[in-house]
Amino acid sequence: MTSLLTVEGLTKAYPGVVANDRVSFDIAEGEVHALLGENGAGKSTLVKMIYGLVQPDAGRMTLRGAPYAPPEPSAARAAGVAMVFQHFSLFDALDVAENIALGMETPPPMRRLAARIREVSETYGLPLNPDRLVGDLSAGERQRVEIIRCLLQDPRLLIMDEPTSVLTPQEVDILFATLRKLAAEGTAILYISHKLEEIRTLCDRATILRLGKVVDSCNPREKTAAELAEMMVGAKLTAPARGGGTPGDVVLEVSGLSLPSSTPFGTSLRDISFTVRAGEILGIGGVAGNGQDELLAALSGEAQVAPDAVNLKGQPIGALGPSPRRRIAVLAAPEERLGHAAAPDMSLTENALLTAAIREGLAARGFLKWPAARAFAEKVIEAFDVRTPGPGNAARSLSGGNLQKFVIGREVLQRPEVLVVNQPTWGVDASAAASIRQALLDLAQSGTAVIVISQDLDELMEISDRFAALNEGRLSPPRPAQGLTLEEIGLMMGGAHDMEVAHVAE
Amino acid sequence: MIRLEKRPQPSRAWTVATPILAVALTMVAGGLMFAALGKDPVEAIRTIFWDPLFNEQFASYSRPQLLVKAGPLVLIAIGLSLGFRAGIWNIGAEGQYIMGALAGAGVALALYPLEAWFLFPLMVIAGALGGWAWAMIPALLKTRFRTNEILVSLLLVYVAEQILASMSLGLMRNPEGGGFPGSRNLQQYPAAANPELIAGTGMHWGVVAGFIAVITAYILLNRHMLGFQIRLTGQSPRAARFAGVNPNALVLFCLGTSGALAGLAGLFEVAGPAGQISIDFNQGYGFTAIIVAFLGRLHPVGILLAGLLMALTYIGGELAQFMLGIPAAAIQAFQGMLLFFLLGVDVLSNYNIRLGRREVA
Repeated sequence: MTSLLTVEGLTKAYPGVVANDRVSFDIAEGEVHALLGENGAGKSTLVKMIYGLVQPDAGRMTLRGAPYAPPEPSAARAAGVAMVFQHFSLFDALDVAENIALGMETPPPMRRLAARIREVSETYGLPLNPDRLVGDLSAGERQRVEIIRCLLQDPRLLIMDEPTSVLTPQEVDILFATLRKLAAEGTAILYISHKLEEIRTLCDRATILRLGKVVDSCNPREKTAAELAEMMVGAKLTAPARGGGTPGDVVLEVSGLSLPSSTPFGTSLRDISFTVRAGEILGIGGVAGNGQDELLAALSGEAQVAPDAVNLKGQPIGALGPSPRRRIAVLAAPEERLGHAAAPDMSLTENALLTAAIREGLAARGFLKWPAARAFAEKVIEAFDVRTPGPGNAARSLSGGNLQKFVIGREVLQRPEVLVVNQPTWGVDASAAASIRQALLDLAQSGTAVIVISQDLDELMEISDRFAALNEGRLSPPRPAQGLTLEEIGLMMGGAHDMEVAHVAE
Repeated sequence: MIRLEKRPQPSRAWTVATPILAVALTMVAGGLMFAALGKDPVEAIRTIFWDPLFNEQFASYSRPQLLVKAGPLVLIAIGLSLGFRAGIWNIGAEGQYIMGALAGAGVALALYPLEAWFLFPLMVIAGALGGWAWAMIPALLKTRFRTNEILVSLLLVYVAEQILASMSLGLMRNPEGGGFPGSRNLQQYPAAANPELIAGTGMHWGVVAGFIAVITAYILLNRHMLGFQIRLTGQSPRAARFAGVNPNALVLFCLGTSGALAGLAGLFEVAGPAGQISIDFNQGYGFTAIIVAFLGRLHPVGILLAGLLMALTYIGGELAQFMLGIPAAAIQAFQGMLLFFLLGVDVLSNYNIRLGRREVA
């Protein structure tokens, strides 16, 4: 195989951090090459430089032997480099063909474009109707739009950034079949992920990044997932320890919870029912955008529902707002750290006040007790090993992992009866993620009913006692997590979402 | 090339230094403008900033004017700042000021010639209620129908101006005024008058109310849950909702409070310095207070200082027109520069400026 893209000594520094430090590697034609690393290891910066979104400070690239330095993405596309982003850039209110035309420099007439879309989508086993409105598509189908947009350019190198974070296991299988066919035709694929099993199934070679540097490369098929994880983190990881207590009485009962969507393309919750017992962790999986935020809002009290749709120890609490729910020890930690769980420009002391004023007695007749708030913030910082100079620092000055530890710690230390967390370890480095998971396990051990909403199936399997999945606003009946196969989990998440599975032409 | 880099947290030093820098830059740029108009820039700046306070000839008249002008500005700006902090934009303080004056003066004129100790307190209450009620219109429309409070409150200013004209020509016109527009002069109605409390200082009840508002707002914002919720809502509405803040209640509180304070300012003005309801009663205090609120960085103490500075530029500006023949438009441009520079240098407290070329790969 001949080398398609060679990267030599690529360096990019941002204020206070070297995102890429003399990164060198190469990709062969027809190769599926994994870029493996934790959040913050520099994967995104590296591919942005390859795609022309970011200019390197030093280093050079060659594409098929010729010097390659794209000043902007259109130059990269012209050279045959395409990229599918983790976050889609599609307009809900336009149809598939219109969305694709918007991304083209010289779009052909609509009818010809629609025909091309049909043709390409069928060749690669990604059936897609060009006339459908993007707002009506599932996440998997939206990704198809993005992939087909790239394939229409006939790329030599296709970059895929965390493509499976929005897919069910069944949808992943369909995607992988397409990628293998592309590779067999000679297209190189640069595949970014931190999901080790996927990389072991799909990729021919892996380059491992840690703190901006290439630390290793290997054939992932010859390594175990644990070995890859150690290469990625650079240390031995200890899996969270779980105690084998038996769950107590039912603490939270949700029955027939429905919540109409507040925005046109949001997700409505439909007839959700489950119970959580004291000392139990219920894991709720599902592809992003299937009602996770809405479910958290209904449980935290930000969205009010029918009183008897949510019950705490038999008492209806569905109509209570966030403050009354905190008073009865129903606490929550939303997904979005900056701007939802915490106010970015406020200090950690003020952010401690944000949710802990009621339960920690940080206000008396409306007047704030700053020393007590500061002491509580310090307690959280101390107990959860939050790395910051002190509670006076603004939330936005903390790294993602440290702020997440603060946000989770703030709720855990308020002795909740019920704790609901959404994406507790999203964008968090491995050691912080491990300590957050351990804290959730310890909390359950002490008798709290814990609900973990997450898109990370490995995480849910690691810590939950029972598992349920959200799919288009509906929740599957919870099942014991132990012994669930990936296949079964995938079906609970909606399987392939009835996406047409076409035969990939050989 | 100049690049801006966001600081991890706002710089405390620059937060204090930017208003001073802005005033200095305004003096330089304003001086250039005055020079271009053929006036001596040093003398113009001195006439605006120094003479009103320390020139023997003018100070005895203009020094009391400082408090007379700053009082309503501070009172209104404090109310506005609460809403601005929460992202609730009351642009119609001018209308609430008019309605407060009409309600307060209406009480006095209705009860004329009653001489009773409770008349003035009653007018104060009526003034606050008048402004509050006028502000409740945009507040209720916003909470009920999601209308934009900026537009509604602003347009209601023009409605209030029409009502003011109608009142001074009709219902409230002085029956002994020989048919001239304008009400009875409340200054000559002892039970209803808002007199100068200490002779030669310009201090009247409106100034007292302004000081009380500064102190109360300071305590509210720094020591009270409600103030915390106001700040939280302004910075991060979603986090505020998560924290349990009721956004509609906050809209009602912020618009209501700013309306009531603007109404009070109007009442103290009509019963004091202005003396009567007339067609041109409103002098734009409600709009200038928006500038004062931002010039004081929405901080109560800052607003107090900004109100005094703004009052000084008004008095000094008038003096400069009168003494040096500088056109009124130039004085307004000068005041505009002050806001422009303040907002411009504000970037420094949140961003670092880096000079240097961006490397091209």
